[in-house]
Amino acid sequence: MTNHHRSVISLQVNGVPHRLDVDNRTTLLDALREDVGHTGPKKGCDHGQCGACTVLLDGRRVVSCLTLAVAAEDAEVTTVEGLAGDGELLPLQRAFIGLDGFQCGYCTSGQLCSAAGMLAEHAAGWPSAVTADVSPDGPAPVLDAAEVRERMSGNLCRCGAYPSIVRAVLETAARKEIAG
Amino acid sequence: MTNAVGAARPRIEGRAKVTGAALYAADVPVPGLAFGVVVLATVSRGRVRDVGVCAVQGMPGVLGVIDHRNAPRLDPAAGGFFGPDGQLQLLQDEVIPFAGRPVALVVAETLEQARAAAEALPVIYDEEPHDTAFTADHPASRPAVTIFDEPVDVGDVAAELAASRVVVEERYRTPEEHCSAMEPHSATAWWEGEHLEAIDSNQGPFSVARTLATLFSLSPDLVRVRTEHVGGGFGSKGLCGPQLILAAMAARLFGRPVRVTLTRAQVFLATAMRPATDQLIRIGADADGGLRAIHHEAAFEISPLVEYLEGCTELTKTLYAARAIRTRLSAVPLDILPPYSMRGPGAAPGSFALESAMDELAERLGMDPLELRLRNEPVAGPVSGLPFSSRNLVACLREGARRFGWDTRDHRPRTRREGPLLVGTGLAATSFSAGAFPSSATITTEADGTFTVAVGATDLGTGARTALTAIAADALAVGTDRIRLRISDSGLGPAWGAGGSRGTTSWGWAIIEAAEKLRGQGRRGTVTADTTSSLGGLPSLERHAFSAVFTEVTVDPMTGEVRVRRLLGMFAVGRVVNPLMARSQVVGGMIGGLSMALHEEGLRDPVSGRHVNADFAGYHIAAHADVPDIEADFVPDHEPGIPMGVKGAGEIGNVGTAAAIANAVWHATGVRQRSLPIRLDRVLE
Repeated sequence: MTNHHRSVISLQVNGVPHRLDVDNRTTLLDALREDVGHTGPKKGCDHGQCGACTVLLDGRRVVSCLTLAVAAEDAEVTTVEGLAGDGELLPLQRAFIGLDGFQCGYCTSGQLCSAAGMLAEHAAGWPSAVTADVSPDGPAPVLDAAEVRERMSGNLCRCGAYPSIVRAVLETAARKEIAG
Repeated sequence: MTNAVGAARPRIEGRAKVTGAALYAADVPVPGLAFGVVVLATVSRGRVRDVGVCAVQGMPGVLGVIDHRNAPRLDPAAGGFFGPDGQLQLLQDEVIPFAGRPVALVVAETLEQARAAAEALPVIYDEEPHDTAFTADHPASRPAVTIFDEPVDVGDVAAELAASRVVVEERYRTPEEHCSAMEPHSATAWWEGEHLEAIDSNQGPFSVARTLATLFSLSPDLVRVRTEHVGGGFGSKGLCGPQLILAAMAARLFGRPVRVTLTRAQVFLATAMRPATDQLIRIGADADGGLRAIHHEAAFEISPLVEYLEGCTELTKTLYAARAIRTRLSAVPLDILPPYSMRGPGAAPGSFALESAMDELAERLGMDPLELRLRNEPVAGPVSGLPFSSRNLVACLREGARRFGWDTRDHRPRTRREGPLLVGTGLAATSFSAGAFPSSATITTEADGTFTVAVGATDLGTGARTALTAIAADALAVGTDRIRLRISDSGLGPAWGAGGSRGTTSWGWAIIEAAEKLRGQGRRGTVTADTTSSLGGLPSLERHAFSAVFTEVTVDPMTGEVRVRRLLGMFAVGRVVNPLMARSQVVGGMIGGLSMALHEEGLRDPVSGRHVNADFAGYHIAAHADVPDIEADFVPDHEPGIPMGVKGAGEIGNVGTAAAIANAVWHATGVRQRSLPIRLDRVLE
């Protein structure tokens, strides 16, 4: 018998295909946490207001609490668990540890995914609300502290690790620049 | 190999936290789990006439509903620091003492099913008139029950004020503020025969387990509460929370593990908040700035369900010498969520009042506000007469002023402009009491040469895991790689919770005593130490951490926007166990203070009495874009009475920052800000 309240979907999570039978009301966040078993993405507000649930959906950052699992059908999802793959930590993750870019750690998964997505957005030339010149032929925005703060403002941190997070992101960006 | 204390080391659990492997309460897999969703009262006072259980009983997956008619009975004696706590008595009767009181728990197979049924559950109320409007002159106001921060009268305040050259008399107001830890409160409970097991997000598993045992009339050894990683607390997880009580009830009634996680709105409405305060300050001084009198009277709101004390006047007894000091605290019972400690309780709102008034005094005296503070440095406790164990406020003020460049400041207001912006600077001095509470620790020498150190501590992000490992390593004179630290479990013995800036001092002390015992018996076997008697032998002294906060703000008079451009704090917090983490902690505290100064305000609808901005869109906490790079450092300091010389750094960062920012806004605009937060409409010209 067909159940109109449920759907079977395919999700690619951190490179691994999953076939899930989900309640149509299930958010991507709850599907990842309760069905796939990846509890790295956190539920801080369930309203898209805190960013703790941020994941990468086909490489772009989204708040997974405002994304229905059924709407992510066939998408490639990267959670904090998938950032490093199986082995070595990313420079971004190492910078978070070394510069103490977290305290309680609850917002950290979201901060990391958001920072990874943001660095890609910047590399693609996207401007932000504090970019001075947003004309199509304007220069690529320079990623300074003000740009990072603006671009990361969707990710709240109540412990107040912001200055260390900004430093970790800038350090990572500088390393990338040096590495070319 | 034995100098782990004092070294800047990254957090032990760092890798787990950047890979998503760290498990918080709602992350721990538990087989056979059911989900409970809480239903909160939507009226500010009244009675539940009916809960329409039959409307949801047949919905898919629903296991049942718990309300006041079928909930297990709880022992009304359960409580905490402030005595029996009516807030713990959930679903025991039909009475609604405040909007946000849980009236039912819906339990279902899945989260979606439980949430759908909770939203569909009809609850009918008989509303009664409510009163949620706080004012200092409220007719119900009465002296606060002061189990600390007692009222004091030193000297003759009236005579000294009359003899003063300059008197400042002003009222300062702070709103309801919410702890807003990023992790919403979550508990999973199950029964194993008569044993109650729980995984819960809280600040002190030992005390929470004790409270839970009392509530359910169980022997304490039948209750175990674990809490491996906690996503912040800031006071709101200090108590046995509604999530845990309701999960334990549901697990008993439905015979399986039940997880109850509060929604963000429910965290605002049903856990804990800092009460609104209204404070009167009168300060009198001679022309040279010498203080004659300080009179500090603070009123705050409470709930009739449980006593609470917002000790706003505590630092008024510590910071400055004055010939006369008078403090009073009064409580106004209202139909509101019971207030509780929020980071920097008492001191955060209290220092906003005192340090704003000191700045006003400096203005009226035509003095440098830094000089005014230096001139009133006491040689002993201004009220107690007891010596200070160590006092390095002057070092904080002088070093902070030097780094900030305070000496070039023009103290007249509204003299700096940058284009459309007004620029101002401000400072505040502050203190926070230091000490320890009884705790126990057990150390076992293992066959492989490592030591298992067990203490009922918890790490909310304070760095306790890393700090205690360093303390244990030094105490045992081994490398940190030989320490196996176990925390976050009520079964590890009596221990103080993470709070009162007393976590590291309390737990570290117990570890050091246990290590001494173990070394005394040739480092063999297992020893347990309890610090109760050592703490009793601590001589009475004024023991406090101190700090000085300096800030520069810009104000746009056309929009009312205040931006903090520079924030610098110098801290005297005793010996610093781990400079990397301690700096993070005080910087985080200053960001909390910035947020308090500019953003945070719980708002109530005057008609319904309900809290109307119970989410992060309406209740703004500082975000990345609000926060500049922050300078924080430590002056040499040492607490002689506490092993390792530690004082604690958890809360002092929060304290003082709001006053420093308000003073800077005055310096920029020439207008005093005596009510927090410093909203756009309060600044707009």
